[in-house]
Amino acid sequence: MIRLEKRPQPSQLWTYLTPVLAVLLTMLVGGVLFAFLGANPVEAIRTIFWDPLFNAQFAGFTRPQLLVKAGPLILIAIGLSIGFRAGIWNIGAEGQYIMGAICGAAAGLAFYPSESFLIFPIMIVAGALGGWAWAMIPAILKTKFGTNEILVSLMLVYVAETILGSVSTGLLRNPEGRGFPGSRNFKQWDAAHNSDLIANTGMHWGVVFAFIAVIGAYVLLTRHMLGFNIRLTGEAPRAARFSGVNPARIILICLGLSGALAGMAGLFEVTGPAGQVSIDFGSGYGFTAIIVAFLGRLNPIGILLAGLLMALTYIGGELAQLMLGLPGASIQLFQGMLLFFLLAMDVFTNFRLRIGKREVA
Amino acid sequence: MMDLSSINPILLVASIMVSATPILLAAIGEMVVEKSGVLNLGVEGMMITGAVVGFAVAVNSTSPALGFVAAALASALLALSFGLLTQFLLSNQVATGLGLTLVGLGLSSLIGKPYEGMKSPTLPKLDIPLLSDLPVVGRMLFSHDLMVYFSLALVVAVWAFLKHTRAGLILRAVGESHDSAHALGYKVVMIRLMAILFGGACAGLGGAYLSLVRVPQWTEGMTAGAGWIALAIVVFASWRPGRVAIGAYLFGGVTVLQLNLQAAGAAVPVALLSASPYLVTILVLVIISARGAHAAPASLGRPFHASS
Repeated sequence: MIRLEKRPQPSQLWTYLTPVLAVLLTMLVGGVLFAFLGANPVEAIRTIFWDPLFNAQFAGFTRPQLLVKAGPLILIAIGLSIGFRAGIWNIGAEGQYIMGAICGAAAGLAFYPSESFLIFPIMIVAGALGGWAWAMIPAILKTKFGTNEILVSLMLVYVAETILGSVSTGLLRNPEGRGFPGSRNFKQWDAAHNSDLIANTGMHWGVVFAFIAVIGAYVLLTRHMLGFNIRLTGEAPRAARFSGVNPARIILICLGLSGALAGMAGLFEVTGPAGQVSIDFGSGYGFTAIIVAFLGRLNPIGILLAGLLMALTYIGGELAQLMLGLPGASIQLFQGMLLFFLLAMDVFTNFRLRIGKREVA
Repeated sequence: MMDLSSINPILLVASIMVSATPILLAAIGEMVVEKSGVLNLGVEGMMITGAVVGFAVAVNSTSPALGFVAAALASALLALSFGLLTQFLLSNQVATGLGLTLVGLGLSSLIGKPYEGMKSPTLPKLDIPLLSDLPVVGRMLFSHDLMVYFSLALVVAVWAFLKHTRAGLILRAVGESHDSAHALGYKVVMIRLMAILFGGACAGLGGAYLSLVRVPQWTEGMTAGAGWIALAIVVFASWRPGRVAIGAYLFGGVTVLQLNLQAAGAAVPVALLSASPYLVTILVLVIISARGAHAAPASLGRPFHASS
């Protein structure tokens, strides 16, 4: 008879071990899935996890992509993780990411074709504000009326997507674009272009901000009173209230922060890798970042590693699509499975497996 | 220029019923799940899996009925994975539900790739003797396919089950206080697992209704938040079956009306009309939560472990 016995404290060892095991398990089951799809499983796993970094033929091209994809994932996931720690479930980061991109791009385009060095900083601030404002909607509704933030933030993703479609065919459409949808291309406007800081590394401003966010979150959560209060709110809400933590303030801070970071991620994406506001700008980073946050154990350093790993699956997935003809959706499934296995393995963090008869207490 | 006279009220009501049915099916299933104290946020993932499996099976077997059965089974299977994780491995229900949605979205676009752009056999409209021949009402209410009536019957059945049967009472007890129910000797985990399977099957039927009747076609991400709206409707309904039906028809109404207004060229921005079902959902959630009438099952979302 196998049974679970609750640990008095979550196991430290298993906290770090479960993500690794989850990745291995996903590779194993993913391999079976790829075999079903008619690809050699070993080759598929190698193409996804090894070739983007070390293949002599592609690595020069794919390695910079790692930072390009990891930047927004880490930036968004850091914000989400702080909220998740406090038990505040912002799952509408995709919407905040889109609104950040729209607001930031609009703020920049208002000054077109100025070449002032102030343009890009203004756009970053506007992007952060756009994401922040979009996240404030569920935050204020939750603090004022107790409305469920999960549902509201998610509904707002769909609203943001319709706004995106509307502005890219209307308000922000390139007046010189011969009527094609989509804004001006920021890659052709130096003052607003988020280019590689070091050529061919993928290291753009968004990646720099992602690293700053990792450090900032680490300091906040381990060295700052606010970080302690956030963790306390998540782990023991009653105790938090007795010790004078204002839950409304925590909600506003957590949602606002994650919204601002997601908005910035959107701005860096629209001025860099994406290049313009277009109907298909929303790429699902906001949702994948949820996986990154959990895979990184809601820990800033963990999120950094998880973001890089998830970026690898994106690039490797594209490579597998190209080389082995695997469908693009199989990577999406692969990422979802990763979260699933991680949550399943977590049982070992909180429980001890006991084999044998239950003793009478 | 807007021409409201182009909107035919008979067709409007008829299409509201069609548009409400998938959400109603998913919402009534999720309500039973939540009544047992489990919050499954994976409705969207289960719905879209049902949509693609139902479509694929219906196309290959040329039988829409078989498609619905397969959709219910597939989504129940997906729900089972959620059940195993949350009930036996005691994972966080919010995170696992989100994971289920992500898995479902990936799985569905993988399965659905070869079926894009195909046409499926659809359910025949029933011809009910006498009723279907009634003037106005006959075409409005009594000329639908079987699933429309099935969904309404299901609402009544769930209501009767929860209110008037012993099993329903036990299910509610498990949802209100799993520790007490456990102390009385009820198998909390098994009861919840059954509720989760039922919720999955209902979401699958709802998804299949989208791809086989409502649209009827398979396109990637076609549920477009219908599963999340179903979750919102359960909150809106304060966990009561009758109100779930009202909620689903209300949202069906908003969806159909905005499509009709778009077609009629109303002087409202198209983006605002397209976003209106989501905005109305938010509005309704705010009103419900501001009234403070939550009535949520007391153990909703809390993990249960017999040792503690």
